[in-house]
Amino acid sequence: MANLHVELVSVERMIWAGEATLVLARTTEGELGVMPGHIPLLGQLADGGVVRIDEEGGEQLMVAVHGGFLSVTEKGVSILAELAEFADEIDVERARRALDNSDLASEDPEERQAALRATSRLRAAGQSV
Amino acid sequence: MAAQLRVLRRRIRSVQSTKKITKAMELIAASRISKAQARVEASKPYAEEITRVLSALASSASVDHPMLSERENPDRAGVLVVTSDRGLAGGYSVNALRTAEELMQLIRSEGKEPVLYVIGRKGVAYYRFRNRELAGSWTGFSEQPRYEDAREVSQTLIKAFAAGKDDISEVATQGLGDEAGDDGVVGVDELHIVYTEFRSMITQVPVANRIVPLVVEESEEEAPDGPLPQYEFEPEAETLLDALLPKYITTRLYAALLESAASESAARRRAMKAATDNADEIAKTLVRQANQARQAEITQEISEIVGGADALSAAGSDI
Repeated sequence: MANLHVELVSVERMIWAGEATLVLARTTEGELGVMPGHIPLLGQLADGGVVRIDEEGGEQLMVAVHGGFLSVTEKGVSILAELAEFADEIDVERARRALDNSDLASEDPEERQAALRATSRLRAAGQSV
Repeated sequence: MAAQLRVLRRRIRSVQSTKKITKAMELIAASRISKAQARVEASKPYAEEITRVLSALASSASVDHPMLSERENPDRAGVLVVTSDRGLAGGYSVNALRTAEELMQLIRSEGKEPVLYVIGRKGVAYYRFRNRELAGSWTGFSEQPRYEDAREVSQTLIKAFAAGKDDISEVATQGLGDEAGDDGVVGVDELHIVYTEFRSMITQVPVANRIVPLVVEESEEEAPDGPLPQYEFEPEAETLLDALLPKYITTRLYAALLESAASESAARRRAMKAATDNADEIAKTLVRQANQARQAEITQEISEIVGGADALSAAGSDI
């Protein structure tokens, strides 16, 4: 079966591109899995979410994606993100502290965003939130 | 005589130390150009992708969005001018400001009132000096703009645009500007940006573009595939467009900032190269003058000695 060509693009640079068998993400509507042959789709990713990319070789990439979109075409999948970090790049301590310092239910949108960013980082790093 | 020589030597030293400074600035600017260009390149995949997604969205759904449609009676136009924070960049800021002035003339001639937003200390100083009102200004990132900076600016602009929707137009009745509508904020009806396009190392051209209401640039490579595929949307197209458009504008803004940063460095490099060359030229002239002065001094001393000896021998004294 043909593979998915996945591109992970952040605002400042192309972060990752490669072949994958499955992409798992959460849009604002719900969880979504994309396998080869998926119909064209455009989705807004939920803030504070994690994208899982199953690489061709069987490895799993966990990426913390914030403020992103997912676009599926017959050519492949592109994930557009304002902020994207791989699980092994994440500073768990810092994210934990950031989450402690901010409140998800806060009135201030900036603070809520910060909390969501921290949540997404922790989830990607495999921590429970 | 000796005094003149000393003055000349002092000037040579001063010119040469200035030359060292301008040379260093030239080299720094040159390295910043390539860095800025690399960042422009690196930001392209995202910009291309978001443009593609947006044109797919706009073409497959017959959506009407306030940011895509022109308002009926536009009478306030926001103008964002991108200038530099520091000087010594030749005509960089001046050219951008001149283009902005031209744009504002045009806006006024269309019966609209320009509202100024400025990035960069030079631009802020220019308008402050002329007692012009600034609706917003940002400084401190003109050379190395980050995405967060672009987002901050675009959020302010989009807010102003959204606030302009319910303004009551009084142009027809009194020939005046807007009055704030229900939200109590006077907003703008369109947004323009003036930035400097980086054409090459030696040409940077200030350009003025309208960013809102925006025209989505259709990507050109789509033609061979025929029409774009029918997309599924999650959430539905309108909500998606709502979320996507501000991001698209921020991306456009970010690209403009990066391009301006590259232009600024290129302008600075050229100005500093000219300054270094001039310093070289001045030093050369001064060295010639100093040599002449030194030679004149020696000649004078010799003729004084010879003259003295002659006078003594003429007096018939035996030394």
